[in-house]
Amino acid sequence: MTRAKPSNGNKERTIYVCQGTGCISGKSFEITEALKKAVKEQGLQGVNIDFTGCHGFCEQGPVAIVEPEGIFYAHVTVADVPEIVESHLRDGKPVERLFYKDPVSGEAIPYHKDIKFYSMQQRIVLRNCGRLNPERIEDYMAVGGYESLKKVLKEITPEQVIDEVKRSGLRGRGGAGFPTGTKWEFCHNAVGDQKYMICNADEGDPGAFMDRSTMEGDPHTVIEGMTIAAYAIGASEGYIYIRAEYPLAVKRVRLAIQQAEEKGFLGDKIQGSDFSLHIHVKEGAGAFVCGEETALLASIEGKRGMPRPRPPFPANSGLWGKPTTINNVKSLATVPVIIDKGTEWYASTGTEKSKGTCVFALTGKIANSGLIEVPMGIPLRKIIYEIGGGIPGNKKFKAVQTGGPSGGCLPESFLDQSVDYESLAAAGSMMGSGGMVVMDEETCMVDVARYFLSFTQAESCGKCVPCRIGTKQMLDILERICQGEGRPEDIPLLQQLGEQIKAGSLCGLGQTAPNPVLTTLRYFRDEYEAHINEKRCPALSCTKLISFYILPDKCQGCGICARECPTECIAGGKRMVHVIDQEKCVRCGTCLEVCPERFSAIIKVSAEEVDVPSEPIPVKEKPKAAAA
Amino acid sequence: MDKITLTINGQEVKATRGMTVLEAAQSADIYVPTLCHYPDLEPYGGCRLCIVEIEKMRGLPTACTTPATDGMVVTTESSAIQQVRQTSLELILSTHPCDCLECHRRERCGPYDICLRHVAVTDRCVVCPANDNCELQQVADYIGVHELRIPRDTMPRTIDTSNPFFDLDRNRCILCARCVRACQEITGVGAIDMAYRGYGMKVATFGDMPLMDSICRSCGECMVRCPVGAITPKDTVLPEREVKTVCTYCGIGCSMYLGVKDDKVISVRGDEQGPANQGRLCVKGRFGIAEFVNHRERLTTPLIRKNGRLVKASWDEALDFIAGKLGKYRGDEVAVISSAKSTNEDNYVMQKLARAVLGTNNVDHCARL
Ligand SMILES: Cc1cc2nc3c(=O)[nH]c(=O)nc-3n(C[C@H](O)[C@H](O)[C@H](O)COP(=O)(O)O)c2cc1C
Ligand code: SF4
Ligand code: SF4
Ligand code: SF4
Ligand code: SF4
Ligand code: FES
Repeated sequence: MTRAKPSNGNKERTIYVCQGTGCISGKSFEITEALKKAVKEQGLQGVNIDFTGCHGFCEQGPVAIVEPEGIFYAHVTVADVPEIVESHLRDGKPVERLFYKDPVSGEAIPYHKDIKFYSMQQRIVLRNCGRLNPERIEDYMAVGGYESLKKVLKEITPEQVIDEVKRSGLRGRGGAGFPTGTKWEFCHNAVGDQKYMICNADEGDPGAFMDRSTMEGDPHTVIEGMTIAAYAIGASEGYIYIRAEYPLAVKRVRLAIQQAEEKGFLGDKIQGSDFSLHIHVKEGAGAFVCGEETALLASIEGKRGMPRPRPPFPANSGLWGKPTTINNVKSLATVPVIIDKGTEWYASTGTEKSKGTCVFALTGKIANSGLIEVPMGIPLRKIIYEIGGGIPGNKKFKAVQTGGPSGGCLPESFLDQSVDYESLAAAGSMMGSGGMVVMDEETCMVDVARYFLSFTQAESCGKCVPCRIGTKQMLDILERICQGEGRPEDIPLLQQLGEQIKAGSLCGLGQTAPNPVLTTLRYFRDEYEAHINEKRCPALSCTKLISFYILPDKCQGCGICARECPTECIAGGKRMVHVIDQEKCVRCGTCLEVCPERFSAIIKVSAEEVDVPSEPIPVKEKPKAAAA
Repeated sequence: MDKITLTINGQEVKATRGMTVLEAAQSADIYVPTLCHYPDLEPYGGCRLCIVEIEKMRGLPTACTTPATDGMVVTTESSAIQQVRQTSLELILSTHPCDCLECHRRERCGPYDICLRHVAVTDRCVVCPANDNCELQQVADYIGVHELRIPRDTMPRTIDTSNPFFDLDRNRCILCARCVRACQEITGVGAIDMAYRGYGMKVATFGDMPLMDSICRSCGECMVRCPVGAITPKDTVLPEREVKTVCTYCGIGCSMYLGVKDDKVISVRGDEQGPANQGRLCVKGRFGIAEFVNHRERLTTPLIRKNGRLVKASWDEALDFIAGKLGKYRGDEVAVISSAKSTNEDNYVMQKLARAVLGTNNVDHCARL
């Protein structure tokens, strides 16, 4: 273990408390206030209390970093404040018990840069998140912010900007991966007296929070990228479409717009050039489908958020029928870096066809969940086992789902697959906007498919037949299968419906919604067959298909299970082998959880009869020696 | 006009720029099944039945929404198209009473046929006012769906009978949104819209109130565009013959066909060729004619008051009587008020009479008052 050296107590220090949404819910406002108060009470000089946006490691939150050493504190509470102030900020002795602990080795790691979760990442979009105060434009400018915009306005024509972005290989991070430069070119070449630049910050994928974190942690990057994009396409009006469930992002983006206007990076005649741009914030009501670009346009226009067929494409006929470009937050946040560091630099990361980095919200059965940014082409294994720290509890990996609710589930054989647009699509999944859910052996793949489909089905706008009715029919079938009422013909029917819904639907939602079902049918067909033919859930997860039994040779009659069982369906008595009434049991699994580990008398099975007594019988006395 | 040429099913088709692929196909008498498309409404792309294959375009674009371009190569039938169409149609049918499709007793029962009771009462085509005039039946015949691989959803949906002229039965609605678009695009009223999301989507007024409590003007433009029997007139007797005429309610001059049965007007249909209305009608024209034409108190001749009693007279008698009385006055002694029910031409002649014959500028019109 690298020990943190006690550093010079008099050094100027800043403690940055994370004020992203996750850490705020962990009381980071209160922590900041307590720190301020304690520092004042101690009369410490040269200690600054500041805050940042999200670090991406919300699971360890609330987190804080003390600079310049780069000491990283995890799970900070208000109660920890006096110790941090006295020991670290005053005496220069970092508080070891608040260090992050490596999930694999258990080692405490003091420095931010040594934490594998961070050190393996390559941050371009998230480069400033957690590094600066998002509510101060000066902080952004101090790290070179708005220099790219200045350079563009002074030295580069819109055509050259488009050319650079094209050469960088940047592709849309909103899901479809369309080349950003080409998209801009279409709009640039479209004829129209008024053009619009729109930033898609709807982020409807459940569990995804990269766009939110970028806006909360580094809003000026998004605005700078958007302004450069608007310059390239010739737009003088811009909209940032943020879901209203992101109040902090809305607040910080609004503030950033105001600051950028004050500094002359937005508004009329930006930096003395002929280029003007006004950016408005439009709050969305939070429908998943409103992230689809044509539905988003309808929503800004005040209509029902329903997609419309393309062509005409927004580049020619978008907002109010005018040429419009829509880009994702991350696509735009990348642009200033490309301008600053050059296309060659950007294109040197990634694969042949997928350049740069991608951001994932890593969740599920994984030790380190959080927001990660990795180079395109990285193998899934590296993300899951190195950055993610593997599967907790010694469980076996089963599948990883990428691309949000309509992505596909990939089995272990794909772990060495490169993560990029083409490879994921070839495997039946997709990049999407970057959800990554890891599943272990206890996850039932039929149930997972059912779960994701229940989301997309509920979020279907209802406009077109295959998606509106087809996903409902598929969901009904999956529900039946999970209840043990599946029929052999369900498998081909799911397959056909899935393929035809994909082929027949109007927008990307319906065109991808069957993916979780189709990929699980492809890679985990045996699980479907077990559910249908044997009424067995191999993962022991579908409640209708599992049972709990108390093994008579293990039960010691302690009675804990009977006390905890919510339906009181366990019969027993002191020193009696307990028996579960299978008729009344609701399969909640409480008994399994509470049975003391030294007895481990309860087992969970599926489609299996276990020989147990029908009534409680006395516990067999063990020979004395064994009991001791 | 800008002419373009495209190839549809190997056939060269001349079209005009601005047409959709569907319009181009229809202009060459090539049938493409449709349900949400309606000629005078904006393309919607919801039913997905008009899918086609177009060279150099991904997937299966919908003919009704895709602009036709010069040199386009379109295929309207293939096994891939057929499979997806069939699935979409099955899905639509799963939410529409359609058990008659599977009836082994009869091919299809016409409007006055008696059901041989293979199918539950509420599911029979014969009980639907749109029977035999139903686009869903036509499309099912064309695509050839005879049974469903998926269960039919028979969950009852609400019926709105609040409007005095027509009913909205959501059990038959296929959510094509023609009614919604008609109300927004044709009448500009916007009384109805799609409410709720996904499978729960339905046609509803603001706040999901009954139609009569909404801003609905009862014009029936929605009703005439409904492809199935979801919005149907309350009065559904079919006429024996139709007579073309012009609505007498106002001066616009909407052209219409009166449906006649037993020498009585029983129905009205807007004339799509009518230059003033292009098939559209208002509540009075569409629903108010039969009642007033057939009303027993309706005047059928002029009446002249003689000794305090109104007595029937011929038009000549009446006009002579008026001319005799009017002839006594000149200039400011007389004023003329004409009617909004008269045409512009009639009103012009009226003011001419006032100014040139009666010598007065006291001319007015009821619509101003
Ligand atoms: C159902 C659906 C939801 C979507 N949601 C989002 C979203 O939340 N954010 C986003 O940026 N793009 C979303 N997209 C993709 C957008 O339609 C669009 O492709 C994207 O914003 C374009 O930006 P890009 O080129 O920078 O990726 C969604 C697409 C579909 C079909
Ligand atoms: S695919 Fe689904 S979300 Fe997209 S338009 Fe059709 S019904 Fe709406
Ligand atoms: S908790 Fe375990 S040991 Fe105790 S009575 Fe229940 S099954 Fe037996
Ligand atoms: S009757 Fe006319 S106003 Fe009423 S809903 Fe139908 S189209 Fe709209
Ligand atoms: S009521 Fe008729 S026109 Fe309106 S959506 Fe339903 S089927 Fe279509
Ligand atoms: S007619 Fe084209 S999608 Fe319905």
